[in-house]
Amino acid sequence: MFPAGDPSRPESGRLEVHVKQKSYRTASGGRLQVLDDLSITLNNGEVAALVGPSGCGKTTLLRIIVGLDRDFDGSVTLPDQGRLGIVFQEPRLLPWRTVEENVRLAAPQAGEDVLATLFGTLELIEHRRHYPGELSLGLARRVALARAFAVDPELLVLDEPFVSLDAQLAAKLRAELVELVARRPVTTLLVTHDVEEAIGLADRIFLLSASPARVLAEVPIENPRSVRSADQIAAIRKEIALKTAAAQM
Amino acid sequence: MTNVALRLASIVLLLAVWFVGAHFAGERLLPGPQAVGLAIVNEARSGALAFNLGVTLARVAVAFVIAMALGTVIGLAMGRNALIDRIGDPWLVALLNLPALVIIVLAYIWAGLTETAAIAAVALNKLPIATVTVREGARALDKTLDEMAEVFRMGRWVRLRHVVLPQLAPYIAAAARSGLSLVWKIVLIVELLGRPNGVGFEIGVAFQLFDVTRILAYALAFVAVMLAIETFLVQPLERHVSRWRPKQA
Repeated sequence: MFPAGDPSRPESGRLEVHVKQKSYRTASGGRLQVLDDLSITLNNGEVAALVGPSGCGKTTLLRIIVGLDRDFDGSVTLPDQGRLGIVFQEPRLLPWRTVEENVRLAAPQAGEDVLATLFGTLELIEHRRHYPGELSLGLARRVALARAFAVDPELLVLDEPFVSLDAQLAAKLRAELVELVARRPVTTLLVTHDVEEAIGLADRIFLLSASPARVLAEVPIENPRSVRSADQIAAIRKEIALKTAAAQM
Repeated sequence: MTNVALRLASIVLLLAVWFVGAHFAGERLLPGPQAVGLAIVNEARSGALAFNLGVTLARVAVAFVIAMALGTVIGLAMGRNALIDRIGDPWLVALLNLPALVIIVLAYIWAGLTETAAIAAVALNKLPIATVTVREGARALDKTLDEMAEVFRMGRWVRLRHVVLPQLAPYIAAAARSGLSLVWKIVLIVELLGRPNGVGFEIGVAFQLFDVTRILAYALAFVAVMLAIETFLVQPLERHVSRWRPKQA
């Protein structure tokens, strides 16, 4: 929506990631390289999508960015204070706490009005007092989204947040995500293997190679999300297909 | 309804067996239910029953709380930290295999026939079992929830209370259950060997007088107290900590 960033916020919402290399020790004692000289930069308020084949190291990259994996060669500069909101592939809710408690524990400073708006947008109002075990996967994903937004993040990280939902529900959740980001712009990194999803949500797409992952191509999308026509989307898809093919030659 | 009826029938059967057994064994070896009931009433009238039960119960409570608290802390540390586990494990195995009687006698020799020695001896007997159980729970902690808590920058106390302890609750409950019955049995031995009051002391006196009626009176009274604690304290507590689990239909 605001590729140039929100003017009310300083230019500090910038994310810079440089990974020279990252490898795992394999069971047989060798080393398996998963990331190879990979750099991405996101401007304040920009929504970027990381697209690549499954198993290419996207999740590893996310773990490095959010600080869960420090064993790598390179550097990560988080926005300003580095307040993170994350949606993992699985919802990762505390089963013994209610929906509302799950959100409040992650975001103790969030006011009642913020929570009310979030629960309203994500249609969670009647589930506030439910336990995660009583929710469907779609609802649990919504709670994870609410939790990530409630912390008022400077960087929002989404790891395939709509995977294994039926198409209709995934589309509805995508629309809700767009609505939340439109209301409160935040530097966002979305990991997906779904090109369609990336084109629908992102301002900039990073195409990743198969393992060991590096950036094959960077595709900026000029139009705001709300006015992307079917023709433009088809054109972007074609460009992505071309760039992928060119890089693999 | 049938459950309650079956329970009652079982208790009636037990009393009948006891009654018939007493008839054949004779009053001296096995007094009947009515004689034991009368003895309980007499001890209660004089105030001795309430006093001795109270003293024993206080020792059980203090030793139990100390053992459970220490066992939880040590078990958690050992389950979470490989170095602590490696250093602590031989101590644990030694303590686990030291007979209760040895610990009690040594405690009385080293610290005198004092209340502190008595309670320390009981707590030390219970400690290794509580530690082992909680360590098992700490090893089974969900790593994905840990990561979630880390990315959302949850404080130490919040993590312990809302992420770690609810996962340990079933293990702590199991340790508490088996612990309570173990502790009260050991408390009786400690009282028999070196305390001037309590149920164990009374049973020791009755033993010297060959007063089976009094032995049974005190034993049954204390079993009743423990049964009440189990029904009105332990079970409601278990229901409370597992309230989030979806009910079986």
